[in-house]
Amino acid sequence: MKIAVGQGSCGIAAGSMKVYNELEKFLEDKSSLTITGCIGMCFLEPVVDIYDDEDKLHRLVKVKPEDCELIARAVKENNFSLIENITISREDEEFLEKQTRIALRNCGKINPEIIDDYIKNGGYEAIKKVLAGMSPEDVIEEIKVSGLAGRGGAGFPTWFKWNAARNSKGEEKYLICNADEGDPGAFMDRAIIESDPHTLIEGMLIGAYAIGAKECIVYVRAEYPLAIIRLENAIKQAEEKGFIGKNILGTDFTCTFRIKAGAGAFVCGEETALIESLEGERGMPRLKPPFPAEAGYWLKPSNINNVETFANVAWIILNSGEKFSTMGTENSKGTKVFALTGKIRRGGLVEIPMGKTLRDVIFDIGGGIKNNGKFKAVQLGGPSGGCIPEEYLDTVIDYKELSATGAIMGSGGMVVMDENTCMVNMAKFFLDFTTKESCGKCVHCRIGTKRMYEILERIVSGNGKEGDIELLEELCMGIKDGALCGLGQTAPNPVLTTIKYFRDEYVAHITDKRCPAKECTALLKYTINEDKCVGCSLCSKKCPVNAISGEIKKHFTIDTEKCIKCGQCQSVCRFGAVEIN
Amino acid sequence: MSNCNCPKSDLTLLEDVLGKYKNIPGSLITILQKAQEIYGYLPTDVIYHIAKETNTTPAKVLGVATFYTQFRFKPVGKYLIMLCQGTACHVNGSEMIEKTIKEELGISDGETTDDGLFTLKNVACLGCCSLSPVMMINEETYGSLTPEKVRKILSELKEAE
Repeated sequence: MKIAVGQGSCGIAAGSMKVYNELEKFLEDKSSLTITGCIGMCFLEPVVDIYDDEDKLHRLVKVKPEDCELIARAVKENNFSLIENITISREDEEFLEKQTRIALRNCGKINPEIIDDYIKNGGYEAIKKVLAGMSPEDVIEEIKVSGLAGRGGAGFPTWFKWNAARNSKGEEKYLICNADEGDPGAFMDRAIIESDPHTLIEGMLIGAYAIGAKECIVYVRAEYPLAIIRLENAIKQAEEKGFIGKNILGTDFTCTFRIKAGAGAFVCGEETALIESLEGERGMPRLKPPFPAEAGYWLKPSNINNVETFANVAWIILNSGEKFSTMGTENSKGTKVFALTGKIRRGGLVEIPMGKTLRDVIFDIGGGIKNNGKFKAVQLGGPSGGCIPEEYLDTVIDYKELSATGAIMGSGGMVVMDENTCMVNMAKFFLDFTTKESCGKCVHCRIGTKRMYEILERIVSGNGKEGDIELLEELCMGIKDGALCGLGQTAPNPVLTTIKYFRDEYVAHITDKRCPAKECTALLKYTINEDKCVGCSLCSKKCPVNAISGEIKKHFTIDTEKCIKCGQCQSVCRFGAVEIN
Repeated sequence: MSNCNCPKSDLTLLEDVLGKYKNIPGSLITILQKAQEIYGYLPTDVIYHIAKETNTTPAKVLGVATFYTQFRFKPVGKYLIMLCQGTACHVNGSEMIEKTIKEELGISDGETTDDGLFTLKNVACLGCCSLSPVMMINEETYGSLTPEKVRKILSELKEAE
């Protein structure tokens, strides 16, 4: 019997720590209680997995502390029908069954704080295989055959970077992991580090061996405290077991690890900016070339990959690059993890083979829109990506196909939006982000994004002018051409894609002074429907600016000049008489 | 040392950190992070002291510190509210949550209440997107927020004082 409580950041935020403590109180055999990472079913947290004596899994979902006494009884009596009402439904089980998990293979299965759990599941076998009989060239060849490409956003072939770093002259080389997951809406890297830190370590060890690095550095966001703690713990355990340090597994391969906590700058996800930050400087991108493979950290040959990329490496070594490459499309091999969020019924982490469609992920796995809403768009790739409308839902998940829509694969954030999301406001949201996060090095990015933000601001507040759309487009092109780094060059994408697919919404804001999604407050008009109003006067009492007047038991009206559109009248009206236009 | 009237910080608290890191190249951000852990923010005299000890200029240290959102230059309240401004939170109504906090506490992004209890800080994605909208108060994360839930959380914290 094993009882594992999911303890990723999301699980803990949903209350899994309290559930764990309660279970500890009620369970007779306390040694059967353990923790695990994130299974990726965030919409069902807190999740408790019970493996009975026949090793059959009983997955309990949305567990509350008050359920724990009954759970303990069910365990004691080996009678799981007692807790049927909190057992996962058949429909929700499909969320996992429809996935193919490679990078997430151990997430939610093993205890991330115990190295032996990882080893029992085939952990560190890949590095053993590499050190026992593969040359660095063999490793690079295997990765080349696999077709693995960078999962952080750019989709650059991993083998090519490794090969370039390997061929660079110099004794001192560095392998760096970019765990500065800054895209709002993406959290797969955090989940991997929190749930399966050794997978990252093993992938990095193999990479370090391939390029000839003796030091590995993981640059993690400071906003991920739990990931840092679990990774520190994992590094310590791996050192004790002899997987990290001098003469690893008795060979002459030596490699050390250290963690560097980032300090909160989105641009540090760009590899040269990350290197600047590692060196203790302002994180501003460098001019390329020279590429990091030639002159990176302290101007030594360096290779940088993202967490998810490394998480695939050990699997490829053990199962062969060929097997990995059988999954996916001609241009994109293997699987990709997506963080499915927003107005989605079943949100969480989804890993699927490339080549599936957006519709497969959002509707088949994610269950469609929350509260039976209507799908409007999906945002892919964070501030560098774009919004894809319904007509393109059958787009195949593939680096090239997604780029053709104007969005990008990016790190895999997938934010689903329904009809209540205003696309102009969405574009403004991303520009607000880019304006704040622009490092300031390139004029077009620093000032261009600011001017674009101002234009979007005036459009959503009802002061848009004819010609604003064209002006936005012109600024977009200027930034694309005039920015040095990938982040600057892609910053206009949210604006360009929303103009491309939702131009009518921009026009409605500018010409008709109307927000079709009814989200932009300044453009809303509150009125009271005479037929529904019973004259109870509640709205008028609540109105903070005395904009509502009328006679009791007759009907009330709103003075739109005075109205500040706070929405209080609508929230107090019991008859649904307050309408927004 | 500058001639400002800023508070005199106890610089001896920083000795261990400086001893360990000041001679390791590239450690400035680490030193600043440790200093902020000690003082809760980065007081001006601490910045000057770090510059002197690491053989660089205060402008350089401040240049690095102001680049990163993690660093603060004013003391923070006992409860630091980090309100997530990620995409998923935006789509699920973080604006309304920010409005509620403003109404309840009378502070905007970056401000601290007069009693020194609460500081509000808008932050980039906290990575708990499935529970959006989300905020973190000190080490604890609160998810699936509604205005009512926020009012309850804040009043409970106030009452505990």
